Amino acid sequence: MAAGFKTVEPLEYYRRFLKENCRPDGRELGEFRTTTVNIGSISTADGSALVKLGNTTVICGVKAEFAAPSTDAPDKGYVVPNVDLPPLCSSRFRSGPPGEEAQVASQFIADVIENSQIIQKEDLCISPGKLVWVLYCDLICLDYDGNILDACTFALLAALKNVQLPEVTINEETALAEVNLKKKSYLNIRTHPVATSFAVFDDTLLIVDPTGEEEHLATGTLTIVMDEEGKLCCLHKPGMFPPLQS
Amino acid sequence: MEEETHTDAKIRAENGTGSSPRGPGCSLRHFACEQNLLSRPDGSASFLQGDTSVLAGVYGPAEVKVSKEIFNKATLEVILRPKIGLPGVAEKSRERLIRNTCEAVVLGTLHPRTSITVVLQVVSDAGSLLACCLNAACMALVDAGVPMRALFCGVACALDSDGTLVLDPTSKQEKEARAVLTFALDSVERKLLMSSTKGLYSDTEQCLAAAQAASQHVFRFYRESLQRRYSKS
Repeated sequence: MAAGFKTVEPLEYYRRFLKENCRPDGRELGEFRTTTVNIGSISTADGSALVKLGNTTVICGVKAEFAAPSTDAPDKGYVVPNVDLPPLCSSRFRSGPPGEEAQVASQFIADVIENSQIIQKEDLCISPGKLVWVLYCDLICLDYDGNILDACTFALLAALKNVQLPEVTINEETALAEVNLKKKSYLNIRTHPVATSFAVFDDTLLIVDPTGEEEHLATGTLTIVMDEEGKLCCLHKPGMFPPLQS
Repeated sequence: MEEETHTDAKIRAENGTGSSPRGPGCSLRHFACEQNLLSRPDGSASFLQGDTSVLAGVYGPAEVKVSKEIFNKATLEVILRPKIGLPGVAEKSRERLIRNTCEAVVLGTLHPRTSITVVLQVVSDAGSLLACCLNAACMALVDAGVPMRALFCGVACALDSDGTLVLDPTSKQEKEARAVLTFALDSVERKLLMSSTKGLYSDTEQCLAAAQAASQHVFRFYRESLQRRYSKS
């Protein structure tokens, strides 16, 4: 009976639960889903983390490579994030070039890294003007059930904390880089940004950690990223969708 | 009607003073708007804020591809082209922000199974680009005659390291600022439609209040320029 009502009038079905201050999966309005983190599972990557927020699963792998720094910032390395939403995670994504959602998520993660100063880019410098580290952070969603931005931010932070960079010295005679794989050190993570996403219902109710269905029914979403000192790194409110009734 | 109206308006908030064009405190740069300047799009507008200039064209309501069709409302699409180079991920992100803002105000249910396309071309960027894009998009939608429930405007503000707020920052002010916040506000209740921030900060309410006060000037400018345009015909 309830399944029929849910198919025909999903928003009304949902409102019945919201009136009682709870949600169909039994959570309170301000409650997060069960979160699991698995760190260092990918041995071929320099750092990795798998995050599960309920059903939403995101894995982040970080690979470090050498690069030449740009001339206007000779002592700064690079952190290059990329979010991939493959067809595996949800039926709405097709294979091919990254869709809009993946690009928006990539830009969001790049903004979080830039704004929160999670890594000082000068720490990635090996030899100013000649050699710097570039960290390629690949975030792949394995299961899409809403709240992808929170999961990605968390996976990125966990993976970066797991990264170990080998010691590199520049040989003066040959001018080549010598990598000492036996001596590795962790990155200096300066802040710990945490993202919290909300779904807005009927312009008044805020729901934390929306699932895929809730995001679809909501009038809008809001994501706030804060660091441990309470400073806001990012307030991402990509507009409101018009209410369904009008 | 093929007439063009060129409306100049120097807008200053009450506290903006001084011999320099931007005094300490809140003041917006010189605005200018030109409508109906392109012949092919259904509506077009060019919006200037100081030296930042964006050209917008609107096509719609028009034919939509079956794959993108929505049965009960119009499909809104926004294309943002940068001044130099190919559009990248940052442009996609801004397109999403502008599209969601337009979707919140455009009455799409009056034109189901159609498409409304807003094309924005950056002509020059001297700070507050996203805000200028939003203003140009709104003026172009009005020029095209797309039904909307409210007008919207974009206001950018920059917070520098000692906490002073500067509205409508130039590129130099944006680079030196600790945080740059862009808000989209609607004209009916000054409600926040969209917000996009860059940098570390802690006080959103003060910035939002300043942006809401500044948006009054922008809406007054819209009203004056439209009045001037339609009173001629």
